[in-house]
Amino acid sequence: MTAFVNQLPIGLSIGAVLLLVALGLTFTFGQMGVINMAHGEFIMAGAYTAFLIGDLVLALPAAFLVAGAMGLVLERAAVRHFYGRPLDTLLLTWGVSLVLQQLARDLFGAPNVQVPAPSWLAGGVGILPYNRLFIMALAVAGVVAVWLYLNRTALGRRTQAVVQNRRLAATSGIDTGRVDMLTFFVGSGLAGVAGVALTLIGPVGPGLGTYYIVDAFLVVVAGGLGQLRGAVLAAAGLGLLNSYAEFWSDASLAKVIVFAVIIAFLQVRPQGMFVLRSRVLT
Amino acid sequence: MRDLIRRNLPFAAVAVVALVAAPLLLEPFRLGLLAKYLCYAIVALGIGLAWGKGGMLTLGQGVFFGLGGYAMAMYLKLTEAGPGGLPDFMVWSGVEELPALWAPFASPVLALGMAVLGPMALAVVLGTLVFRQRVRGAYFAILTQALAAALVILLVGQQGLTGGTNGMTNFFELFGRDLAEDSTQRGLYLVTAGVLGVLYLATRQLVNSRFGRLLVAVRDGEDRVRFLGYDPALVKTVTFAISAGMAGLAGALFVPVVGIISPALLGVVPSLELVVAVAVGGRHALAGAVLGAVVMGYAKTAFSEQFADGWLYLQGALFILVMTLAPKGIAGLLGRVRRARTA
Repeated sequence: MTAFVNQLPIGLSIGAVLLLVALGLTFTFGQMGVINMAHGEFIMAGAYTAFLIGDLVLALPAAFLVAGAMGLVLERAAVRHFYGRPLDTLLLTWGVSLVLQQLARDLFGAPNVQVPAPSWLAGGVGILPYNRLFIMALAVAGVVAVWLYLNRTALGRRTQAVVQNRRLAATSGIDTGRVDMLTFFVGSGLAGVAGVALTLIGPVGPGLGTYYIVDAFLVVVAGGLGQLRGAVLAAAGLGLLNSYAEFWSDASLAKVIVFAVIIAFLQVRPQGMFVLRSRVLT
Repeated sequence: MRDLIRRNLPFAAVAVVALVAAPLLLEPFRLGLLAKYLCYAIVALGIGLAWGKGGMLTLGQGVFFGLGGYAMAMYLKLTEAGPGGLPDFMVWSGVEELPALWAPFASPVLALGMAVLGPMALAVVLGTLVFRQRVRGAYFAILTQALAAALVILLVGQQGLTGGTNGMTNFFELFGRDLAEDSTQRGLYLVTAGVLGVLYLATRQLVNSRFGRLLVAVRDGEDRVRFLGYDPALVKTVTFAISAGMAGLAGALFVPVVGIISPALLGVVPSLELVVAVAVGGRHALAGAVLGAVVMGYAKTAFSEQFADGWLYLQGALFILVMTLAPKGIAGLLGRVRRARTA
């Protein structure tokens, strides 16, 4: 029973990391239908930004801007020519991700680097270290910020309008091209923030992003496309599932169990937890 | 009749080059490499069918390739250990008794059967569960990718059963023949090329059949096909299973040809690399898929020999260029040239 209780915060903190990574994806994948395989490398870029700056608090906005700018360039230079062809975007952005990984290897070297955690994050409560708590707080803050952005600002409402009906939004005078740019900027910037958070729990290397990207995409699939509350619930659910599956079986079986649970879940809710209702048929 | 000959002329020419010229002209090392590319080409053919014709972007073909490869490797390890013996890596990991899972693989027929039918069965289960619920497009792609990631972690973790990260290697004989012999390797090459040729013809036949037309229709308008009274999920599941079977067979050929199978050969990245090879070759033509796998395989070897680090840049740049400038790949470019000539 104590083991069961101990596993709970571990699962939630895994979920918080997943949520931070998936938040950006709910923008680019969920809202725009773009499968950005380079999202993982934006995470890596955020982590290296933290490594260069060396200060956690300064690194958060800096990483947001760096990764966001990279996303903006990617959207303008390449992705915007591929709207409506999601599978082609996937391959294109994978090419970008390969180039970025090699670039990181050339710039920072292949071995992992360590970002020293600030002293005020040393220690913890019970079995939960402060850095894990900080990541959870960051995830919560991220969700609140994204919710406020989408629902309380004019730009966010325009974003939602474009998601729900691109043509109608364009006819109503919304510059959909600019909305796409902005959405990509915010989504990629959030990846940068996630990257900073990841420096608190492990070393930084060129392959950092690839480690999280598959699970993060699963969060979006299970949560429902472009659904914030879906992403929150799915990230928490997957985090807990991961930690309990590892606890009851072993680490190597856990991923298979998680995969089976997701397939089973899709039998009940094929489009994820929450679905954006629309009358559009393919 | 004349038309039939003309239409098959390119295939016949390629077959003569592959089956007669290549074994005579290439030194054994290069022939072995070509055999490896042809194994990948078999997987690519399956991807060309599932993705190019059926619109199912499968990012987990490495899973099926790996299952086929491990089935073959288990058979090879068991014949080497002899009756009652244990494969070398099990001895190293302290396993004392042969696991029950391994027992059937002592029989070559069962092992080869499992290499093909195992992946097909998995594809049928996954396809039925996923396609029935109308999960498709990007969702399907992500799920197959997650499966590839999960399988790698499973294989690495179950050290005593699978050889862990190192996988299985050091194979010495196949059906009583010495694998180190050049003649054995040449024979393996010929078998691989023959299998690829037969599968190519069969797949082309399938695509031109009623079923193939239905498959393309499902790709272009799944709901419309459903409204006409067909079952798109069934069509997709069958196609997915065929492509999985091809990948499994390719894996079984790959193991004696290359002499190793390990998780690194079948994870997310190798699976994606094959899809990209198909895109480079041209996904809309089956020949393009095969061509892409051979070209990309060759390019990888050639460039990695010269400058190891440059390969990732080149590969990345190549995808970006192909996807933006020639989304139909080499086959699309060739087709454009041919049309320009006749026009």
